[in-house]
Amino acid sequence: MADKYNAETIITETQKRISNAFDVFDHESNKTVDVREIGTIIRSLGCFPSEAELHDIIAELEEEEPTGFVRYEKFLPTMTKILLERKFRPIPEDLLLQAFEVLDQQKKGHLEPEELTKYLTQEGEPFTQEEMDEMLSAAVDPDKNVILYKDFVSMMTFDDNQ
Amino acid sequence: MRAALLIQRWYRQYAARLEMRRRCSWNIFQSIEYSGQQDHIKLYNFFGYLMDHFTSASSQRNLVSQMFRESDAFQDVEWEKQFCYKDIEVPDAYAGPHLSFPLTISNVTELVDAFKNKQKLHARYVLQLLGKTWTLLRLMPNISHVCTCKHKEITICAETPYVFNGDFVDRGKESMEILLVLFAFLLLYPHDVHLNRGNHEDHIVNLRYGFTKEVLGKYQVHGKMILKLLQKIFSCLPLATVIDQKFVSALRPLKRREASARPKEAALDPDGDDDDDFSTGRRRVQSLTHGTPVRPRQELPRHSVHSGSGRTGRSVDEELRERRRLAGLSLSSDSELYSAEVQETDADEWKQIVDVLWSDPMSQNGCVPNEVRGGGCYWGPDVTQEVLDRHKLKLLIRSHECKQEGYEFCHNGRVLTIFSASNYYDVGSNRGAYIRLGPDLIPHFKHVGRTERSALQALRLQLFAHKSALIREFQEYDPQCTGLISLKHWTVAVEKVLRLSLPWRVLRAQLVTSSSRDGMLNYHDWFNQLSVIQPNTEIANASLLETLYKHHSNLESIFRMIDTDHSGLISFEEFHQTWKLLSSHLQTDISDKAIADLAESIDFNKDGSIDINEFMEAFRLRTGSVHVQDVTDGVNGRRSSAEFAAAPVNAVVKSVFDRLDVVQIVFNDADQVTQTLLLMLQMLKTEGSGQ
Repeated sequence: MADKYNAETIITETQKRISNAFDVFDHESNKTVDVREIGTIIRSLGCFPSEAELHDIIAELEEEEPTGFVRYEKFLPTMTKILLERKFRPIPEDLLLQAFEVLDQQKKGHLEPEELTKYLTQEGEPFTQEEMDEMLSAAVDPDKNVILYKDFVSMMTFDDNQ
Repeated sequence: MRAALLIQRWYRQYAARLEMRRRCSWNIFQSIEYSGQQDHIKLYNFFGYLMDHFTSASSQRNLVSQMFRESDAFQDVEWEKQFCYKDIEVPDAYAGPHLSFPLTISNVTELVDAFKNKQKLHARYVLQLLGKTWTLLRLMPNISHVCTCKHKEITICAETPYVFNGDFVDRGKESMEILLVLFAFLLLYPHDVHLNRGNHEDHIVNLRYGFTKEVLGKYQVHGKMILKLLQKIFSCLPLATVIDQKFVSALRPLKRREASARPKEAALDPDGDDDDDFSTGRRRVQSLTHGTPVRPRQELPRHSVHSGSGRTGRSVDEELRERRRLAGLSLSSDSELYSAEVQETDADEWKQIVDVLWSDPMSQNGCVPNEVRGGGCYWGPDVTQEVLDRHKLKLLIRSHECKQEGYEFCHNGRVLTIFSASNYYDVGSNRGAYIRLGPDLIPHFKHVGRTERSALQALRLQLFAHKSALIREFQEYDPQCTGLISLKHWTVAVEKVLRLSLPWRVLRAQLVTSSSRDGMLNYHDWFNQLSVIQPNTEIANASLLETLYKHHSNLESIFRMIDTDHSGLISFEEFHQTWKLLSSHLQTDISDKAIADLAESIDFNKDGSIDINEFMEAFRLRTGSVHVQDVTDGVNGRRSSAEFAAAPVNAVVKSVFDRLDVVQIVFNDADQVTQTLLLMLQMLKTEGSGQ
């Protein structure tokens, strides 16, 4: 009996979180959001999908005749499932650090902006120039003009309760 | 490559979280602003209430009639005598700019430079400048026309006319200087500079939003005269500018009236410029501004084919007089003549204006009531198409919705929302934008941290101001009075009490900084952690205090209205009366003794009158976090005296002007306007479009 109550509470709470996040981007208060904001919403709820995974989700959410909008009634069940199944889990800090270390082939302990740019705009799911610029502005140490990735990672993963 | 993929995936999530936080700050400000608008509605409800309920008991009647006193008995000619500057002497010690008329370019340059150096123009010159402006504006039609054509038979139009779109004041602390510079340019280039009236060019609104205070503070001897003259000037400002007969903003009356769902709540212009809504019961709640043309709340830069609306201003005035007469207040003699005809023609126009005031575009077709703002509607692309086509117009340009990027097209590019004040809520909250009839230009600007901090501070103040209601609500969930509630219940309670439509769950993380284990929060402690500094006062009456905090800005407006001679002081008696009326209207219970205590506690001079400024300061809430630059203005905190990051913006302004084309719409932030105007001056000089 107690268990059932808890499960329901969790679902309700989860759905309220989803609803809140959705509302933030629902500019006209009519329970729709621009499809281009879906990625932001999903990620802000604590998920780390890749771009490809995101595209799949969006494809599921779009209307048969794409209007450019996603309705809440469709978003809610999909997102609830994602959260309850804990899909797209966060990336642990040490794994992230390793990733940077892999890029740092010469084991310098830091990365040059050009190096990082090359990797992130050419490999994997490439960054746009804008994304790259934004990341650099946060990551580059202004005095030494390099990316001290160890510091960067710990700074970025320090977080509020999500 | 897996490593790259991982980093990208992680970074994108980080960026999304940031974006969410930015959006939330944004929503907070908007929400508080909208609720501030609703506050203004409350203010006007209060006035309506007064009109209905004042008794013939002499003291109350005097107070009410005093507030609504028609002081405009003079003719213009008489006023001119009043405004005469000639007897005002300029002392030798005065180091500010001297003006001579007719103005020359070097005069105006000197003026702008002086303001940049934080100097003040002497009252004599102020009155002189304003007087000339008034004279000029009285001759102008209500709607000015601009043509950008290069071939005209008789005269060659300037290639770069400038249109300034209203709402020049009430933001920042240099509204007076901005106005003076704008008027100086107007006098210098009357055919090339066009000023439109905004809803803040209205003395009632100025009472609330701070311009009145600014003027009185800067010009202690002549401030009242200056304000009166400004009132005259405002009522003469053109409503709008039509450009090339193609780019306008059209009213959209018909669709809206059909869709009107709730006449009572719909459309009370909170800034009270004018209006009415559909139910005649509200008619008396008019602006108390004399001769205010029916000015949209939106800054409609170019206007309407609705040329008949020329003289609606006067009729608001007459309507008001008629109402007062009916209510038995003091009257002026010619009211009866006009009132009858007036009522017919205006109802329609007012309704239309009201719709325009409140409406925002939406993406779906149709027309539905705008519940967020409490008035007007949301209209869809189909309405736009119908209306623009009907009037053979190309583009509707409107504003009043602050856009993060400063501008936004919608409805297939036929509607453009332009919002010119960057950093509207706080540094980095949004970008300002210019329009030229062509591609738009956007400055790039991002400062997530500070905006968010301001937004959260503003929110904390709101929470604190509702403390007793919140505690009552919390206690519903804590019947055993343990002092603890769950986070879930906290969220529900806050949502219910504050009635700000915000994503509380998302914000909770930043507002509740220390919940204990197992998700239970000690709510008394939590109030302390909001770090809101309460004024140092012996007033123990909690409900009185909370009324003060909650209705802070409205209170100030009311007091300033009572203070008709702008002395900055009101008597004990007036203070007392106001509170009695207010508490009866709000249906709170405030005893005579509590009011007397309150009055005494703030009569710092002990001379039987209360200084309004001192009063408002004494009961202002502040947050304790020390960010010297972020000073919010009471619970409806919006005016931040944060330092605008002048450097990047000025660079942008310059780059904008490098690509200057036809028409400019300029925003109204002090530094930016000054810079902009300086550059404009240079442009006008070099392009040789002088008079």
